[in-house]
Amino acid sequence: MPAQYVIGIDLGTTNSVLAYSSLHNEHPLVQLLPLPQLTAPNSIESLPMLPSFLYLCTAEETTAETFAMPGSDDASFVAGHAARKLSAEFPDRTIGAAKSWLGHSKIDRHQAILPWQAASDVAKISPVMASQRYLEHIVAAWHDAFPDAPLVEQHVVLTVPASFDASARELTREAALAAGLPHLFVLLEEPQAATYAWLDAIGDRWRKLLKVGDRMLVCDIGGGTTDLTLVEVAEEDGELTLQRAAVGNHLLVGGDNMDLALAHHVAQLFEEKGTNLDPWQSVSLWHSCRNAKESLLSDEGPDSQTISVPGRGSKLIGGLVSVSVDRAEATELLMNGFLPEANLSERPHKSRASGFREIGLPYEADTGITRHLAAFLNQSLAGSQLTHVLFNGGVFKAKALRGRLLQQLHGWFPENPPNPVEGSDDLDFSVARGACFYGWTKLHGGVRIRGGTARSYYIGIETAGLAIPGAGRPLKALCVVPNGMEEGTEVDVPSDAIGLIVGEAARFRFFSSASRRTDQPGDLLPRWSPDELSETDSLEATLPAGDDAEDDYVPVRFHSRITELGVLELWCVHETTDKRWKLEFSVRDDAD
Amino acid sequence: MGRISLAWRILTSGAFTAKVTQLLDLASKPEAPVALAAPVKPIVPAKSLRSDAVNLLAALQREGRLIDFLKEPIEAYSDSQIGAAVRDIHRDCGEVLERQFAIRPVLDQAEGSAVNLSGQPKGGKIKLTGKVGEGSPSSGTLVHHGWKVSKSELPVWTGDADSASVVAPAEVEVR
Repeated sequence: MPAQYVIGIDLGTTNSVLAYSSLHNEHPLVQLLPLPQLTAPNSIESLPMLPSFLYLCTAEETTAETFAMPGSDDASFVAGHAARKLSAEFPDRTIGAAKSWLGHSKIDRHQAILPWQAASDVAKISPVMASQRYLEHIVAAWHDAFPDAPLVEQHVVLTVPASFDASARELTREAALAAGLPHLFVLLEEPQAATYAWLDAIGDRWRKLLKVGDRMLVCDIGGGTTDLTLVEVAEEDGELTLQRAAVGNHLLVGGDNMDLALAHHVAQLFEEKGTNLDPWQSVSLWHSCRNAKESLLSDEGPDSQTISVPGRGSKLIGGLVSVSVDRAEATELLMNGFLPEANLSERPHKSRASGFREIGLPYEADTGITRHLAAFLNQSLAGSQLTHVLFNGGVFKAKALRGRLLQQLHGWFPENPPNPVEGSDDLDFSVARGACFYGWTKLHGGVRIRGGTARSYYIGIETAGLAIPGAGRPLKALCVVPNGMEEGTEVDVPSDAIGLIVGEAARFRFFSSASRRTDQPGDLLPRWSPDELSETDSLEATLPAGDDAEDDYVPVRFHSRITELGVLELWCVHETTDKRWKLEFSVRDDAD
Repeated sequence: MGRISLAWRILTSGAFTAKVTQLLDLASKPEAPVALAAPVKPIVPAKSLRSDAVNLLAALQREGRLIDFLKEPIEAYSDSQIGAAVRDIHRDCGEVLERQFAIRPVLDQAEGSAVNLSGQPKGGKIKLTGKVGEGSPSSGTLVHHGWKVSKSELPVWTGDADSASVVAPAEVEVR
């Protein structure tokens, strides 16, 4: 059957959303799919978001089907609202932020490592599997609502952070296909999706609001991550076009960090009063702080606010403890901690002071988002003017934070302060909505943001030379994909022939860079700073020993291709016969 | 893989389609015995053993601790103690009501403003107070804008008869 719907899925770090539109309408009419999920044992509610949390049941709970989802054949885990609530009480049985692990190239993301630091009796799963579970839940909700329109036959757009590199995207694809997404689904970067949501909201008026040469910052601060993108307005055949000019690095700092910082501050206030909170109360406090954040930051709020933690037993008021939080102090803490005043020339602070560093998610050492933003703008604008800013992410529901960031941008560009563009106020849903709208425009025509790859990619080549005992051969990085390479294009990489041994796996170290924007295929980098190039999963190819091979090695060059769906493919091409072999991401056995 | 997607896979598997086709064929020949196809399990079951009212109570207690609050004797507490507790209950119960009912005013105008009554269907929507004489008055002043639910999406409860009366389970901490 031909597709009836176009579907946008936002697989978020903290919440996931599905938006859809019928293809039979004349204009896209984007709606959110209510997602049935457990809110407590035996209680199912349909909510617009599926919290991206997974609780792994105890053996007893599995047998008793305490958290069984009707229609499911596996009662050993539960995703969504109930899992998020359980995460507070049972952190070592609950998986959160699986997506951040998916983007973490220092670990093997196929290995069952989550929940991180779980007890030994917990059957851990891999970041890829966790992502698959969330998507399976969403896919099942779709089938429950539209039994006559199998998802695998619809047009599906799935969003990923702009900062995800090729291997994180590939892993997302793998989880999505396993969960039942159609083979031809499209990956879209989240800040672009937010921009599409804005384009959908204002219609053709954007052509009046923006002019050639304008540069718009898309600043997306979610629960756990911050994603930055710069969009430029260009002209082509007399028509305005949008071009994604740059993306920032993957920053693991977001709204949850702010809530925690506030909770920590309030817990200290309790301590000063002689009240020590037990773990259960601390969780309750975190919840209160999340809610108090907005009113504490608002300019119209009271000078101080009472934050209380109720008693755990049935005596709610009897067991209540409360403390008064000074608004100025809380504002200072959050603003200076997360959006401190910075110079455009400032760089994020690095702290590598302690000798031990726990292996885990590489949370930002510097939580000052403004300093990360300064570094990004400084590099991507290269002295030109920023004209507009689009805010996205749940954090910006607090007007004060939006105001603070605008104020900072005004400080950086005092002569022509960037204008905030007003889109939908639906900050929690705009990525899914925008993805759906993008799917629509892809099929029916309409404005497109062009950008190509957000990064340039490099293959590590060991150079020939005298071997020095104890030292590896010097490594050079061969650019195989330039920044901005567009979907549906391919390129031969000029280089000396590289000899590959037949019959055994050839492995290549693989690097990417968001900041080196001018490197061209064939450029050979003799050295680079660790900030410029980051290493990701290695690539490998096994060349079968062919019949016509006279030698035990074959000379190859590289050929790279970006498919229409945005998937990066790298090929080794035989110098003379034109035979080709695809390079695949290695399934790593050495988690380092 | 498969979790709740199982139901769907049964639905689209060739075997099922074949069976449906077979059933349709059989249905046209009334003398043939009709076998029942395996039912597809939907996410939300048709019948719940607990009333919606109890589901609502359970949600208000679970998320806003409303039952704890209403059941607690409050004579001994000061207004400020009660006030501190009420903020959280107000916020959390309000969220439940918003999510499940999205309660909105019946008349979307400011209280104290004039209401044009001509042509307004009254019935249960508008209650007239004050000098209500015979005949239908043409205008009045809005005293209370009223409330209505704009949806009613209560949780569906899937438990057994044994626990149908439990609004909040007893909590026992294992040490």
